[in-house]
Amino acid sequence: MEQQKEAGMIGMWIFLVTEVMFFGGLFLAYTIYRTTYPEGFLYGSHLLNVPLGGTNTVVLIVSSLTMAMAVYYSQKGDRKKLVAFLAITLVLGLVFLGIKYVEYSTKIHDHLFPAASLYHPLTPEQASEEQKAHAIPANLQRPVQVFLWIYFMMTGLHALHMIVGAGLLTTLILMARKGKFTKTYNSPIEIGGLYWHFVDIVWIFLFPLLYLTGFHFSVGGH
Amino acid sequence: MADHSQGHPENPIKYYIGVFALLMVMTGLTVFVAQFNLEKHWGPLNAIVALTIAVIKATAVVLIFMHVRWSSRLTQVIVVSAVFWLLIMLSFTVSDYFTRGGWPPTHGQ
Repeated sequence: MEQQKEAGMIGMWIFLVTEVMFFGGLFLAYTIYRTTYPEGFLYGSHLLNVPLGGTNTVVLIVSSLTMAMAVYYSQKGDRKKLVAFLAITLVLGLVFLGIKYVEYSTKIHDHLFPAASLYHPLTPEQASEEQKAHAIPANLQRPVQVFLWIYFMMTGLHALHMIVGAGLLTTLILMARKGKFTKTYNSPIEIGGLYWHFVDIVWIFLFPLLYLTGFHFSVGGH
Repeated sequence: MADHSQGHPENPIKYYIGVFALLMVMTGLTVFVAQFNLEKHWGPLNAIVALTIAVIKATAVVLIFMHVRWSSRLTQVIVVSAVFWLLIMLSFTVSDYFTRGGWPPTHGQ
């Protein structure tokens, strides 16, 4: 039994290794493009909403704690607390997705979604006072478009993983409520926990690289 | 303290709370430091500080939340291999730019 449990965990770890390479490719693209277009990335980064990104970071950190607690209670055989902590984790994940929805729809509304015909930012000269926050100087509009592609691809892929994670949590909650997990059989919870923590780790890197790159730039004014 | 037969410690909750506190403090720190322009001292310093803090956070999550600290050697080797292969991908690609077009990469119009 012990060997089977170990094999199950290692199976998830092997999968997570492939996920590291999957996201790693995008981090590589980020590295190359950030050094190619440093001004574009600085400027593009300060178009992002740091309070919302920071809130999402806190949301995921708390959800990792509640997920670890869920694993703990599955090992103790405490069904009620297991379900409760899985449910809180799920709610936090949905809060994260809700905030991302707000961020994405703002970008699309400001004509900053980087796909060809949808992308038409205003220059600061063309922008009215309220529009100045998302105006982009003409010479930076293409580099900022590159940044926004990286932003949408990386956070989009991450959000997709969050949606899958939400589905996993829902399945685990339904199984847990039926009493399928005991002190001796709780590996699906622990394996689900590994997945959830991995998605948290990806965000731990995404937040500073995407949101905080231009922070000293915007806080000091420009 | 560590229960090696299951690969889990007897009382993990204090570790979980500790890591949670570390993660929150590190997050606050990374936001705080980001407001200063360290690049006027040395080009990539902002990025280096931010990545160092992120690596510390990720290590804490991997070791404690993901139980790698109490896992078998095989599991630990697999985790390290992920970082190893990622570094191969990053370093070889960057070195390609270094040895062929110079760094930073330029983009022709």
